Amino acid sequence: MLIFTLKRLASLGLSLIAASVAIFFVVEIIPGDPARLMLGINATQDAVDALRSQMGLDQGLLARYWLWVSGLVRGDFGVSYTYHVPVAEMVQGRVWVSLPLALYALLLSTAIAFPIGILAAAKRGSWADWLVMGGTQLGVAIPNFWFAMLMVSILAIKYGLFSAGGFPGWEDPLAAMKALTLPAVVLALPQASILARVMRSSLLDTLSEDFMRTARAKGRSARGAMVHHALRNAMIPVLTIIGLQFSFLLAGAIIIEKIFFLPGLGSMIFTAITQRDLIVVESVVMLLVFAVILVTFLVDITYAMVDPRLRRRA
Amino acid sequence: MKRAFRIPGFSIGFVLAFTFAAAAVLSYFWTPFTVDGVDIVNKLHTPDATNWFGTDQFGRDIFSMIMIGARTSIAVAIVAVGIGVLLGVPLGLAAAARKGALLDEVIMRGNDLIFAFPALLIAILITAVFGPSAVNAIIAIGIFNIPVFARLSRGGALSLWTRDFVLAARVAGKSRLRISFEHILPNITNLLIVQGTIQFSLGILAEAALSYIGLGAQPPIPSWGRMLADSQTMVSFAPHLALFPGLAIVLTVLGLNLMGDALRDLFDPKLRRGRR
Amino acid sequence: MKRILIGASLLAMLATGAMAANTSITIGDQLEPPHLDPTAGAAGAIDNVVYINIYEGLTEFASDGSVIPALAESWDISEDGLTYTFHLHSGVKFHDGSDLTASDVVWSLNRARAEDSVNAQKGLFANIADVSAPDDTTVVVTLTTPTGNFLFNMAWGDAVILNEGDDVEALKTHPNGTGPFVFQNWVQGDSITMTRNPNYWGEPAKLETVTIKYISDPTAAFNAVMAGDVDAFPTFPAPENLPQFDADPRFTVIVGSTEGETILSTNNKMPPFDNPKVREALAHAIDRQAIIDGAMFGYGTPIGTHMAPHNPAYVDLTGLSNYDPELAKKLLAEAGFPDGFTTTLKLPPPSYARRGGEIIAAELRAVGIETEVTNLEWSQWLEEVFKGKDYGLTIVSHTEPMDIGIYANPDYYFQYDNPAFQGLMEQLNLTTDPTKRAAILGAAQTMIAEDHVNGYLFELAKTGVANAKIHGLWANAPTQGANLAEVYWED
Repeated sequence: MLIFTLKRLASLGLSLIAASVAIFFVVEIIPGDPARLMLGINATQDAVDALRSQMGLDQGLLARYWLWVSGLVRGDFGVSYTYHVPVAEMVQGRVWVSLPLALYALLLSTAIAFPIGILAAAKRGSWADWLVMGGTQLGVAIPNFWFAMLMVSILAIKYGLFSAGGFPGWEDPLAAMKALTLPAVVLALPQASILARVMRSSLLDTLSEDFMRTARAKGRSARGAMVHHALRNAMIPVLTIIGLQFSFLLAGAIIIEKIFFLPGLGSMIFTAITQRDLIVVESVVMLLVFAVILVTFLVDITYAMVDPRLRRRA
Repeated sequence: MKRAFRIPGFSIGFVLAFTFAAAAVLSYFWTPFTVDGVDIVNKLHTPDATNWFGTDQFGRDIFSMIMIGARTSIAVAIVAVGIGVLLGVPLGLAAAARKGALLDEVIMRGNDLIFAFPALLIAILITAVFGPSAVNAIIAIGIFNIPVFARLSRGGALSLWTRDFVLAARVAGKSRLRISFEHILPNITNLLIVQGTIQFSLGILAEAALSYIGLGAQPPIPSWGRMLADSQTMVSFAPHLALFPGLAIVLTVLGLNLMGDALRDLFDPKLRRGRR
Repeated sequence: MKRILIGASLLAMLATGAMAANTSITIGDQLEPPHLDPTAGAAGAIDNVVYINIYEGLTEFASDGSVIPALAESWDISEDGLTYTFHLHSGVKFHDGSDLTASDVVWSLNRARAEDSVNAQKGLFANIADVSAPDDTTVVVTLTTPTGNFLFNMAWGDAVILNEGDDVEALKTHPNGTGPFVFQNWVQGDSITMTRNPNYWGEPAKLETVTIKYISDPTAAFNAVMAGDVDAFPTFPAPENLPQFDADPRFTVIVGSTEGETILSTNNKMPPFDNPKVREALAHAIDRQAIIDGAMFGYGTPIGTHMAPHNPAYVDLTGLSNYDPELAKKLLAEAGFPDGFTTTLKLPPPSYARRGGEIIAAELRAVGIETEVTNLEWSQWLEEVFKGKDYGLTIVSHTEPMDIGIYANPDYYFQYDNPAFQGLMEQLNLTTDPTKRAAILGAAQTMIAEDHVNGYLFELAKTGVANAKIHGLWANAPTQGANLAEVYWED
């Protein structure tokens, strides 16, 4: 187990280094001069050059890579080209929108997916199963930005049930939750559909396993067998999906954050790309990649602890 | 194939997907109206007998635009899947043939690395670097298909390498390369077809999302995602602008997914047993 | 218990909402400024926040575009037009409490015109030979040549007065001006808040708090106004939604003029656009009214040259480039392109450009000119088009007031190099007499219209929307930025 963990740790480190190199050099070749953008269309070349050297943009590529990476390690994400405030500070504010939104959506998705997934598996072949399977097919097929457009124009604009967008801040938790509800619903829909399908098929798989027949033979009721044995065993693939979905939700909410003008990480990166705020793009993408790699690492380790057979694979 | 049509999901899916594919092909020869001009006087008509789906903000026929848009969506998704298959499958086969060796390790870690990048974000980065266009959208989507197919074919191939017919081929002195292509590849095509269908539908969704944020096909080439983006501010007074392109995406993706699921059930003996 | 708590907080929410309604306002804007120093960046978004509200200049623009006294209560101009003596208001304080003195003005102007200055409009100060302060309330500016529009230049946001010795880096996030509002807080990517300056030297602001909220997406902007999340959106980005607001008694639509000449900029040095006949063909291929109707939903005034129609010197030259596709085809044939040609059309983000671009592409296609359309972000546009001059055609609105002078710069991105025009501009700079100036401006307008330097489309309208109970918002946009001190809620 120790060797396995060490091996995975080493590969985690290598992945992070590879990711940092990839991100830095991809971002550096984005066309567009941040200094020119900051000064605007009628600025003189002198002014732009003066600003470039002020921002350290006239240094070599490798020097800037080293500055950036060594800063990251120390938790110093650099200073935004556009806003002149530390990136770490900006991220802090944004995380408290993106993280709760991701969790909220995940919670909703699980809350919807579990009961209907179990229902579909328990009543396989019934109209309920048919309805769940059809509904989830639709849920996966609907582009979430389109769904968001429809929800906003109906629920928020026409009936005023939810706020159409914006985020009032956490000083008022009730208003904050209200602002996050519609985006979370929109994000949760396809995730819930996927999760419900995985839940159903995973349950069906375990239900056909031998130990289930044994449990039934020992006199457990169908419901009892379901709750005590099948559910527990079906959870492994379901938890994997939830883990994946969490990292997806954290980084993948860009479009939804844009539609609802939520000040989250996604919209921050999007704006930073259009403003050529390279340092923000680099640092935040790196942060998100780090989060995903870390989640994958933790999932791997947990598995290996649960199922020793998996250790050999690595 | 005949067996597939006995599954109702497959038939429904096939009809949906075929309709849009046919519309895309037909659009090369005929559309109800031409859409490369503007006709401001006739803008924002609601659906009627002339313009079945109404007209857009420039007076163009939405039905015709959806037909041509199908072309864009399908082309982008097909090529993106093609990239994934052409690069991912050989990588996966190579990794399986050299299981445990450095090559395997490098390929699989590379896969993990690509998986670790938030896909949409990287697609946005790529189009920001190289400029928005259908070609760059294809590349951005295609890159994320590579690890999917690499992983799938490695997994499929690994279980085949221990089978008797493969062992026989090795005893006969065939190279790993030959075995991979002559014996392994034909036996994982079913897996690839199922995954290909799913990735195809994901590709259509991804293309729509990229076009929606303005990074996909550029005007005047119609694209469903951009039609939705253009209609955004007008939903409140001209809902038909958003309704039809959205439905086109949903129905195409739905059709492909239904087909993919039906095929998986058909190909996977374990699931077929469960179906009994 | 929990329910009671929630009830109480709801009540509190409602109460504060009702109380705040009369003295605070949330204003929507599309572009967030990169920083808040108007003397170190040209982004109009900076001026939208700080101009007049936080920072003031010697002179300033009124809502009709005229130049009025600000920090300088009066001035004297010498006979030869070379010496301006400004008399400052006394008792003016910066927000940090320090007094405004003449040396602050000297420092600010010297900083703006210095060699290493990052002021984006250095040209405004180019003719200054010397600035001095004989006493605390008098500033004397000496010019190298008579500059007809010097007072106009001093009204720009780039010429506002800073406190001598302030750390200019810190000012980027914490401005320190003399205006009726004091900077309060900036949540990057979201909003900026400012509050009334209790020690303001002039008429104090009517509102207690102003929050400017940044919403770049037009749909989100529409939703925010509809849902009441913002009280006003002075430059509303989606003209197609205005009829809806107009029909809704909760809102008023405010339509005014801007200084934005929206033009189909043409790369005059790139073949085939170096051929005047081709440019003339281009001008006749474009249907202005279709663009105004299709892209702006009717808002906008057709222009035939580079001048705002509300400017007294404006000459209507739209007749020189009337819509006539047959003539366009004929001209193309004469120029040696009977089958047309292919060029690039690069479009920045605003909807006038994106939508206008699709319409223009279709209109050009009708006369045989194929365009490869590329949508660009502002940063890419600046890099490729503005700086790199790597483009055939582009659409952009030139929002600086009275900016016909850009045609005298052969290096400007449309690369129009005409010594006769440059001569006219030199002459204009030396002329102070209004009638003579108007005559020169008329000749200049005619010259560029006859040369068909660019395709002249329309003057951008300022289309705003606000809660019907809000009064005092500027209808026009004589410059970037607007005075918010006179805005108030009707009871």
